[in-house]
Amino acid sequence: MSAIHPPSERVWWKHPLDRVEGTWILISFIWCLVMFGMMVGWHIWGKQNLSTETYKTTPEKFSAKTQAMVDKYTVRTETADKIPVVAPPAGSDVYLIARLWSFWPILELEKGKTYRLHLTSMDYNHGFSLQPANINVQVVPGYEHVLKITPNQAGTYSVVCNEFCGINHHAMVSRIYVK
Amino acid sequence: MSATTYRTCPRSGLQFEASAEKLMIINAVTAVVALLVGGILAIGVVLTRWPAVHWLDADTFYMVLTAHGIDMLIFWIIFFEVAVLYFCSSTLLRCRLATPKLAWAAYVLMLVGAVMNNVAVFQGGSSVMMTSYVPMMASSWFYLGLILFAVGALIACFIFFGTLVIAKRDKTYQGSVPLVTFGAITAAIIAVFTITSGAIILIPTWLMSLGVVQSVDALVYRTIWWAFGHSSQQINVAAHISIWYAVAAIAFGAKPMSERVSRMAFLLYILFLQLASAHHLLADPGVSTAWKVVNTSYFMYFAVLASMIHGLTIPGAIEVAQRAKGYNNGLFEWLRKAPWGNPVFSGMFIALIGFGFLGGISGVMMGTEQLNMIIHNTIYVPGHFHATVVVGTTLSFMALTYFLIPVLFRREMIAPTLAKWQPYLFGFSMYFFCLVMMGAGTLGVSRRHWDMAFSGAAMAYEWPGAAYLMMGLVGMSGVAAIAGGAIYIYVTVGSLLWGKKLDQGAVSEKFTPIPPTAPTVVAQSYGSAGFTAPGTFALAMVFLVAFVLYYFVNWKYLSTLWGLA
Ligand code: HEM
Ligand SMILES: [Cu+2]
Repeated sequence: MSAIHPPSERVWWKHPLDRVEGTWILISFIWCLVMFGMMVGWHIWGKQNLSTETYKTTPEKFSAKTQAMVDKYTVRTETADKIPVVAPPAGSDVYLIARLWSFWPILELEKGKTYRLHLTSMDYNHGFSLQPANINVQVVPGYEHVLKITPNQAGTYSVVCNEFCGINHHAMVSRIYVK
Repeated sequence: MSATTYRTCPRSGLQFEASAEKLMIINAVTAVVALLVGGILAIGVVLTRWPAVHWLDADTFYMVLTAHGIDMLIFWIIFFEVAVLYFCSSTLLRCRLATPKLAWAAYVLMLVGAVMNNVAVFQGGSSVMMTSYVPMMASSWFYLGLILFAVGALIACFIFFGTLVIAKRDKTYQGSVPLVTFGAITAAIIAVFTITSGAIILIPTWLMSLGVVQSVDALVYRTIWWAFGHSSQQINVAAHISIWYAVAAIAFGAKPMSERVSRMAFLLYILFLQLASAHHLLADPGVSTAWKVVNTSYFMYFAVLASMIHGLTIPGAIEVAQRAKGYNNGLFEWLRKAPWGNPVFSGMFIALIGFGFLGGISGVMMGTEQLNMIIHNTIYVPGHFHATVVVGTTLSFMALTYFLIPVLFRREMIAPTLAKWQPYLFGFSMYFFCLVMMGAGTLGVSRRHWDMAFSGAAMAYEWPGAAYLMMGLVGMSGVAAIAGGAIYIYVTVGSLLWGKKLDQGAVSEKFTPIPPTAPTVVAQSYGSAGFTAPGTFALAMVFLVAFVLYYFVNWKYLSTLWGLA
């Protein structure tokens, strides 16, 4: 009879459906297809798709590559910790290390140029949260994630760690300059 | 096994079997205690995230947040769900509960697990958040507690299935199980799958915390953990949707618009809800695009489709029932004349609307592969899931409790006026709380973050003023919601302790089977089509418009960002 009683008709799958239900199911179904199409279509026509290029890595390997980049392209240092600011050429591979509780080094990129940004963590999970643009990527230890990025506006961006990584998590914040 | 008795509640006509009744009571009461603990912890969480107050120090905050997440999402909800499973099987089918002794063992396991986990967290050193991503490690008791709890919950699911078998064998009903029981079956099936995934990943992690296993891969952990963590949320969805159908039936005598449609929608859940673990991995490395797209959309959004169907058929059923009572004027008289002063109904309806508009729309948006990048790990995420598990699940459980106080607990409710207002206070302050969290998340504010001012950092980022404003509003509305939660606990616990005892009704040694009901006229006219719920349809269209607009606004924003490929 009602929803807390067994249905009075034994074969429930033969119940009639009201036109309200039928219409809504059709509309919803179309909407679901549209949303599915958007996700697929954006890979073809959209410009913001997260890359899936990933390699297994180790802290040693990744530090070595990062150090090589820093040695070559450092333009100055900043803060009391003398964090190098690195300005690698457009199109090159750039490396960013996330570790307890800092990012290293600081990157300086050019607007409208494309870079291959390599991300990994030396220890726990961290977050790469680019502000104020608000682009957020998970940084997982053991995996080197390569994103092709093309900054489209000049300015000083912040990189906030937004995956909980321990007691000083709130102090894990760095910068990316775009000229 | 015939030592048990059956009591017919004079207020509802429901029949309770003695051992099932005790188990429902103990599980529900334990759930409320977990809610109380989680609610007290919420004070610490919310007053720390309110920038002007910034109450706890970092250490305590992360500890309290870990416990808040686990006590609420796991212990409160699952203890209550076990009670709901027993209710939907033993009570609705009027049969005895399978293996009550084992059910007690399951309860004890869950209780021991819950206490063990909490003790581990409050000793410090296990502030790893409920997700406990490796390689960050908690104490081994933390994992063992969760594992024991999961095993207990799994046993409870099997007792539920066993009870269904007993009902079938003893012929306590004819034909198919009620729709609400059908929904509960959905929940239990999903539970078995997800709890198993939970065990698959927590056991090696536990062994790792003991030093037996060397290491667990961070990405593999995240993938399997979320097969458990996300899918288990679908247990909640199936459970609270079943409760909505039950409340529609209880408060209005509403019958489902079409059993076929509603049951098919539950079947879609079973088929597709196992997916969607990718929701949490969309911003991760190393996961293929094709898998993300198919998984995050439950294979072309079939589970979303199912939720949209339930969202229509439940108010639709109410509308049909109300119109049959003569509330036929205009589009919305049926809704205006609904029993808004009855917290069983108002709680359910506020939950339904909030779950759909706030939780549903935001969930689909953030579960879209590319759009996920603009909210991943921001406070938007807790904004979304407080709309689902707090407004949706928790408020529905609260509404059901108001029904159960006289029926199951046999007490007259104390403070009925407070209870009448409770769903409004709790529901609406939570609506607002979710909205401002999502607002702050849209501006980028991180979740699980002790200090948005980044004290001590050399290169602190200055959030826009609006973000601070939003987080201040999160604080205020959070406090209001906590007050609403406190009223619920006061009314529930107070009624159990001091409420007037009510007549338990006739007790019998034997169950009374559910009498078969005569087929209705509509059933003979298979394929008949009216347009019986125009008001609900209008509401559904409002929902759709909101959904479409919000969805595309986010794509528009995404298109302005850095190129990523
Ligand atoms: C009653 C009022 C409540 C308030 C004011 C509240 C407040 C909050 C806040 C502000 C956060 C986010 C903190 C952060 O990420 O920095 C949070 C996290 C959370 N809340 Fe609540 N909450 C409440 C009730 C609930 C309920 C009833 C549930 C579950 C049924 C729940 C489940 C969670 C979970 C799972 C988290 C995530 C913890 C984590 O990130 O690991 N909350 N809560
Ligand atoms: Cu970090």
